[in-house]
Amino acid sequence: MSNSPNILNQKEILENLFQQNRNIFIESGHQSLDRLRQSAIEEFSLSGFPNSKMEAWRFTDISSLIQREYGFDFRNQSRQFDISTIFSCEVNNLDTFSVTLLNGWYVYQTTPLTRLDNGVVFGSLAKAIEEYPNLVEKHIGKASSATKGGFVALNTAFIQDGLFFYVPKGVKVEKPIQLINIVDSSLPVFIQPRSLVIAEQDSELSLVHCDHALSHTPSLTNAVLEVFLMPGAKIDHYKVQNKGKNSALFTSTYFKLHANSEVSSNIMTLNGGFTRNFVSLDLAEPRAKAHISGLYLVDRNQFVDNQILANHASSDCHSNQLFKGILDDEARAVFSGAIKVHRDAQRTQAYQNSKNLLLTPQAKVNTQPHLEIYADDVKCSHGATIGQLDANSLFYLRSRGISEKSARQLLMHAFADEVVKKISIEPLRQRIANMVDKRLKGELSICDQCVLHCSDNIPATFNLDMSKL
Amino acid sequence: MLNITNLSVSIEGKNILKNFNLEVKSGEVHAIMGPNGSGKSTLAAVIAGRDNYNIDSGEISYLGQDLLAMAPELRAREGIFLGFQYPVEIPGVSMASFMRTAINEVRKHKGLSILSGGEFLKLMEEKKNMVEIHSKLTTRSVNEGFSGGEKKKNEIFQMAMLEPKLAILDETDSGLDIDALKVVANGVNRMRSPQNATIIITHYQRLLEFVVPDFVHVLFNGKIVKSGGKELAIELEKNGYELIKKGANGDYATN
Repeated sequence: MSNSPNILNQKEILENLFQQNRNIFIESGHQSLDRLRQSAIEEFSLSGFPNSKMEAWRFTDISSLIQREYGFDFRNQSRQFDISTIFSCEVNNLDTFSVTLLNGWYVYQTTPLTRLDNGVVFGSLAKAIEEYPNLVEKHIGKASSATKGGFVALNTAFIQDGLFFYVPKGVKVEKPIQLINIVDSSLPVFIQPRSLVIAEQDSELSLVHCDHALSHTPSLTNAVLEVFLMPGAKIDHYKVQNKGKNSALFTSTYFKLHANSEVSSNIMTLNGGFTRNFVSLDLAEPRAKAHISGLYLVDRNQFVDNQILANHASSDCHSNQLFKGILDDEARAVFSGAIKVHRDAQRTQAYQNSKNLLLTPQAKVNTQPHLEIYADDVKCSHGATIGQLDANSLFYLRSRGISEKSARQLLMHAFADEVVKKISIEPLRQRIANMVDKRLKGELSICDQCVLHCSDNIPATFNLDMSKL
Repeated sequence: MLNITNLSVSIEGKNILKNFNLEVKSGEVHAIMGPNGSGKSTLAAVIAGRDNYNIDSGEISYLGQDLLAMAPELRAREGIFLGFQYPVEIPGVSMASFMRTAINEVRKHKGLSILSGGEFLKLMEEKKNMVEIHSKLTTRSVNEGFSGGEKKKNEIFQMAMLEPKLAILDETDSGLDIDALKVVANGVNRMRSPQNATIIITHYQRLLEFVVPDFVHVLFNGKIVKSGGKELAIELEKNGYELIKKGANGDYATN
């Protein structure tokens, strides 16, 4: 697989693209960023795309995705327009700062960087590189260096735009930031958004991140998000994925947790042709806490892969992983929950659980824990279940007059709810619960989509006229 | 109402019920007693429609219909209710959404309008009070974290909500203290009417002090070996099942 000529060709195409467009990257960046790019492209040249001989990719075959031809959009000049003219996304009663990436580019009506009175800055990463070069350079690539090569190196080499979000010391941002990633293109497109979130000491924020495809054209998204939690910072992170069968989504999310900081991350995959989420929880300093949960509801030939790494580098940290999936038809899922406890990380508590319901004999899940423990005073556990709906529960419900179909839906709802109820933003929880129910009833299709409620009067598919943007 | 004729049931090749016969008419309360392993719970499960038993022969007719051909939910909608010996815990499904779904499916089947949220909550409060359930069922998951007594009261609560024609209570009295037993008995007595029937499956005579049966049957080794009035229950309480077991191949079998 690793020597497949097509994969090699795609790798060369990307290397050539980098060299040909180098001047674009350099003019938008700075020297240290350029060094980061250079080492990243060298890393990618060495590693290439991952292949199924690698442990982390054993069950995940990407060759057909890589073999497609994609277009790249390195120079998007006019990004100033009103996204609501083509797309609207809302949760009832949820007041957010809503920002949008269209094919990886930050779009806006008035200003690429919004500065609030309390010192919060959010907006385009490209603009932040110009205006806050030191702040960006100090962080970018620092958390993602935890993994080498492959998709992350490729994204790093091509850093151009994405979300930048800065919260100063002690500031609690009341409204969640809602980041909407839209892919819309009439031609197959390869996009690589790069986002950076910095939460200074004792700050608090919520980030709701949704991935949405407007067109049915094949696309590959290779997104990287780095999140820095300074001492005492708290972040609530939600990721909702509801994409069409032709979209491939690779996301790599890195949380770097300093002392006493806390992250809660929730990944909901409701539809997706091909989805791979990698999340690194780097518990770098004492008493940091990371809770991550995920729910995937996939059917037909959809594929979802969640790879979680809880890296306990310091003492007295907690991590908790709970991933649940319902698989129908021929859908496939992979879960890998890794816990690494370093020698000095005493009094670590690290838990991991993966539960799966297979609704058909053809559905398949590969779930595996990886525990590496070098400290002696730790509490760690892992568990994995793969099964069908409980026959006793089904009979109990049916014996009260509930049809078999409704009984199954109630039980699936209950199964999913263990994850859904962890969402602490109430309007979002209601909205997601509603979407999960619709999904379980087979009513949530790709056209219905985005997470957060498309306006009804907008046609399901249409192509953006790039020249008008 | 219910007519069971020559019913033989097995599970994994083991014969549980052997040419079992029973007739229950409207307005009657039948008690089925017997030692462990005699087939009492199998009988209850087969009437309710549990599908992991093999029906080897025989028929069950319920209100003139072939009960064995009906799905469990259809039996429930037609008025059969099973109070479970071991009520199932279903985390994540709230009692309210469970009962509301059930009631509305039953009402739809009867051609009645579905209950609005307000009507449903009112009905739930009323029935909760009847069985002295004090916790907020709207937020609690089905049987999750319920004590043994609460689980049994919850079965009677569901029965009161669904208003069945034929209720089968499988060891509903086991593990209850005297207060909970009275609550359960009271619930059953209130449901009693000339149109309804009840089958009480029990190990002990205790519940029958509060719910007086019209008939008492002794089930042993898959067959009814003795039938009588309420005095039979008292006799069993006094002498235990040993006499039945000894006599099963003799006097009682031919009785």
